[in-house]
Amino acid sequence: MRWGVATPSRNKKLSARRRISGGLLKGIVFLCAGVTVALLVGLLGFILYHGLGNINWAFLTTARSALKNTIGIFPNILFTLYIIITALLISLPIGVGASIYLNEYASHKRLARMIEFTAETLTGIPSIIFGLVGYLFFCRMLGLGASILSGALTLVVMVLPIIVRTTQEALKTVPDSYREGAVALGATKWYMIRTIILPSSLDGIVGGCILAIGRIVGESAALIFTAGVGYQLVTNYFQALGTSGGTLSVALYVYVYEQGEFEAGYGIAAILVMIVLLVNFATKLVKKKFKRI
Amino acid sequence: MSIIVSAKDLNLYYGAFQALIDVCLDIPEKEITALIGPSGCGKSTFLKTLNRMNDLIPGVKITGELTYHGENIYNGGLDVTVLRKNIGMVFQKPNPFPMSIYDNIAYGPRLHGKLKKAALDDLVERSLKGAVLWDEVKDRLKKSAMGLSGGQQQRLCIARALSVEPDVLLMDEPTSALDPASTAKIEDLMSELKKNYTVVIVTHNMQQAARISDRTAFFLVGVLVEVGQTNDVFSIPRDKRTEDYISGRFG
Repeated sequence: MRWGVATPSRNKKLSARRRISGGLLKGIVFLCAGVTVALLVGLLGFILYHGLGNINWAFLTTARSALKNTIGIFPNILFTLYIIITALLISLPIGVGASIYLNEYASHKRLARMIEFTAETLTGIPSIIFGLVGYLFFCRMLGLGASILSGALTLVVMVLPIIVRTTQEALKTVPDSYREGAVALGATKWYMIRTIILPSSLDGIVGGCILAIGRIVGESAALIFTAGVGYQLVTNYFQALGTSGGTLSVALYVYVYEQGEFEAGYGIAAILVMIVLLVNFATKLVKKKFKRI
Repeated sequence: MSIIVSAKDLNLYYGAFQALIDVCLDIPEKEITALIGPSGCGKSTFLKTLNRMNDLIPGVKITGELTYHGENIYNGGLDVTVLRKNIGMVFQKPNPFPMSIYDNIAYGPRLHGKLKKAALDDLVERSLKGAVLWDEVKDRLKKSAMGLSGGQQQRLCIARALSVEPDVLLMDEPTSALDPASTAKIEDLMSELKKNYTVVIVTHNMQQAARISDRTAFFLVGVLVEVGQTNDVFSIPRDKRTEDYISGRFG
């Protein structure tokens, strides 16, 4: 027998060593977890600490004024909203439609897989490339210039894969037995999709929208090229579509990097962080709400 | 005894595989016809040709003749939605929709036309009573159907099938996912149903076929081996293979 004989003293030594190495490993993973949490809390704390003091009513509700030398981000808030609304208005129907086609109609499985692959690849492409293409195509070729519309269209290309993927995941989780049940009652395919499939995958679609909103709010690289950095207040939505306007993230970049206005930068950063937190909570809430059915 | 559904030399192919071979079978009105046979013998496939549920599967080809009230089911001009309204179906696993009990039953009627609220309420009540579920759910019609027990869910599915006033009811192993008590309830219900409906049931359970059906058809590898009065098929089978199967020698 080559195996060591388990004498009592040997056993004791072994177990002592195991205890120490086990304890050490536990300590290390605990530390790793601690670092992760500390990073998040530290970052949030840092931004909120520096930012919250710079947020006040005037900051939120006015535009930048060179005369009074004040900074206000109201136009940027509006531009962000406009871009979100425009991008979702366009990408939601296309994305949901594409997913329905892929999941419910596509009999050509190769084509469906190719589209899925395309969507996945698109999600991984750096946003600056979307910005470049958006600039060349929407701003220059189509002559839309640096405008909210160009920015929104660029973001449509960017968030479309997100919406397609989340919607498709949701559609896939709808059991076939629902489809059969509806069809066996005499429902046409479209009626079945409208009354059974879409309602039961609503959580996935809403989840996709929220993810897309998060992506849009956080986007800067793709927008600097395409939507520009404008900060003039435009309250009319349709007029805004044609004007250059920086979203909050873009404004943050412009204020801090080009003008050294750190207070304004921190203020915007704090607002963005709060929006992201809000979006995350909203996602959780939506998931919970739909789970109950 | 009038024949409501009739198959003549029916062949069905899944791509290159032939699942039904020259099946000739008449289904009489207001009786329970049981289709029995080992797994993969084509009994479920045959059932699904009757309401054209096989249309959902790509690569299916059908030859021969299959008529419902004398009209060819696979006639190109036939309205499939009307066919499926007349020939309802209950599946192996209860498949209530993720909505309220009321909406589950109202789904079919709403799909086939607008009804006044009172008429719809009435229809929902009648359908649930028809499936002997009314007393158990009448106080919680607005609650989700997913909260019902398996047996209740299956009776809900039967009620849902009844709601569009079919005259044939296809049942694909409707009790195989249920416990014995729920199974007994559904079997009782079937004897009730045959007063008003023609029932075709696929079952793996030979005792069930013997208990509830009037006629039994035995399928084996796509061929209809034997069909007759249930008593005859079970006590004096004409074919050796039927005898082997029902005496439990294979399957």
